[in-house]
Amino acid sequence: MNHAMNQPLIEIKGLKRHFTIDKGKTLHAVDGVNLSLHQNEVVGLVGESGCGKSTLGRTIVGLYEKTSGEVFYKGEKLPSRYGAKDFRRLSREIQMIFQDPYSSLNPRMTVREIIAEGPLLHGLWTNHNMVANVGNWLRRVGLDPEHMSRYPHEFSGGQRQRIGIARALALQPKVVICDEPISALDVSVQAQVVNLLEELKDSMGLTVLFIAHDLSMVRYVSDRMAVMYLGSLVELGPSNDVYFRPLHPYTQSLVASNPEPDPIHEQSREHVVLKGEVPSPVNLKPGCRFAGRCPKAVAACQTVTPQMRPVGASQVACHLY
Amino acid sequence: MNSTDKPILEVRDLKVEFDTYGGTVQAVRGVHFALAKGKTLAIVGESGCGKSVTVQSLMGLIPSPPGRITSGSVRLNGREILGLSPKEANQVRGKQIGMIFQDPMTSLNPTMTLGRQITETIRVHDGVSDAEARKRAIELLEQVQIPEARTRVDQYPFQFSGGMRQRVMIAMSIACNPEILIADEPTTALDVTIQAQILDLLKTIQRDRRMSMILITHDLGVVARMADDVAVMYAGQIVEYGGVQQIFHRSAHPYTVGLRSAMPQNDEAQSKMLKPIEGSPPDLFDPPKGCAYFDRCPHAMKVCAARNPPLWDVQEDHLSRCWIHHKFATSSTEVFRSNRMGQEWEIQK
Repeated sequence: MNHAMNQPLIEIKGLKRHFTIDKGKTLHAVDGVNLSLHQNEVVGLVGESGCGKSTLGRTIVGLYEKTSGEVFYKGEKLPSRYGAKDFRRLSREIQMIFQDPYSSLNPRMTVREIIAEGPLLHGLWTNHNMVANVGNWLRRVGLDPEHMSRYPHEFSGGQRQRIGIARALALQPKVVICDEPISALDVSVQAQVVNLLEELKDSMGLTVLFIAHDLSMVRYVSDRMAVMYLGSLVELGPSNDVYFRPLHPYTQSLVASNPEPDPIHEQSREHVVLKGEVPSPVNLKPGCRFAGRCPKAVAACQTVTPQMRPVGASQVACHLY
Repeated sequence: MNSTDKPILEVRDLKVEFDTYGGTVQAVRGVHFALAKGKTLAIVGESGCGKSVTVQSLMGLIPSPPGRITSGSVRLNGREILGLSPKEANQVRGKQIGMIFQDPMTSLNPTMTLGRQITETIRVHDGVSDAEARKRAIELLEQVQIPEARTRVDQYPFQFSGGMRQRVMIAMSIACNPEILIADEPTTALDVTIQAQILDLLKTIQRDRRMSMILITHDLGVVARMADDVAVMYAGQIVEYGGVQQIFHRSAHPYTVGLRSAMPQNDEAQSKMLKPIEGSPPDLFDPPKGCAYFDRCPHAMKVCAARNPPLWDVQEDHLSRCWIHHKFATSSTEVFRSNRMGQEWEIQK
């Protein structure tokens, strides 16, 4: 397949994923997202719980059927609903690392079985060299190869997340979707896992979508950062721009709410407290989704849904720009 | 520890154990601290370090069996409150010390209206009439900024969002005007914008009522925002104790320094690499003889494996449990000093 270098590796166009919850009620979990991931790039995706960031990740890897819109991988349009063959083919290319290292590993499989399952199925490994390969992967993610016949419950949270990483990467994918890979871990262990991901990204040339709610960590990890609110992106741009010079009022209040580990800064700065809570994503009205909580809303915000438009190096969906 | 004011709460040498199938876990291994009137003490540490067990034992909430407070003393306004009879303990709980728990989804009774849950405390402690209690409940809900308190008071927890439930928890905990509020990870389950609202609310209430607060958290950002004093816990012990500025800007214990360098600093020019703390905390079934941080510490010396360090006074009201502060530990202190992210500070011996 011909694939030009400057073309994005993954291109998401107008992606929607709706869930019907009752008759006449539709939950707009992902509602028209445009996003592209370039080769060897880390894109961070932040937003509050329920904003649809995990659903977006799961829809990209095909765990959810697309309601509408398209995802292109290396220029090829991916099916809107995956069959068994699609999963088999595409799981070698796009993999996912899950949030909860406790429930995402099968408790009845040993670490060896968990890591080797994919590569054996794809014929990358044989029964003959499987043990050596699993051993290599365990070493690579910083675990002891001698522990490969243990079960997940015998490991700590951080160690399990390393197993989850080895499981996803043993297939040598090109793209990894990380859905809150460090949220369940302690601070000291978070740094271990982030550094490991970064090192593997460099050595394997991975492209990463890093979904998280921890703004500081996402800014640190990613090249570009996307901010999601109620199913759509409100801002996308270079991470430092988005964090240090946020444009969208929602991004501004997210950054202002993010407590920083510096008492002089924290106890002196003004805390702009955002009023209210995220409204329900069921049967959304037209207009800007943030209008009800926005301190800067104007009349147009109530009626016209703002589209993403370029401002400087970023894109922002807001009538103020 | 704070010499000027007489502390409202003093905890000394608190030790708590739990019997499990795997053996006895020494969850809290000798904790001392003092809470000054009107101040906020943050207890910070990673999961399993004993921070929640510490405050649960203050409240008499350690289930026994399997839990056991093996030693220590907790004085509230000079009066010992460990080992009170259940009846006496009930007088302290709610009335003198209020508590907010981490998970607002599970700590409210789903089968009772909020009004009923809030008035329960008021009726038990203050013995007022139902009508009066209900009036107070509505006032409380208004104080924690719940809109339409008059109708909301008759609703059930499932009709509230996470942030709103945490507001209700706060209303319940301050219903009887306690002198001390204990907040155990009050915002961990909440989104950042809601977290900011709740932290704001806690600060306002604390200021208005001149309450003292113990805030348990693992989030150094929340500590920086809320605390006057900080106790850093590791493996069941306090390893560093001091004012919030000292803890952040003059960290004395290698674990505190390690925690700070494991977090991204929000600095645009920061070089790309976090410094994780390698390894994991020790097993508290069989705690190490020496310093609990020995295996993970970049400055570990021979003495650290053999003997647990005492809390040293590194500055006035700033304590650190590390052999590095010993006068013979000169070579390590040099290394330590150069590793402290360029902060200029002499370790006092």
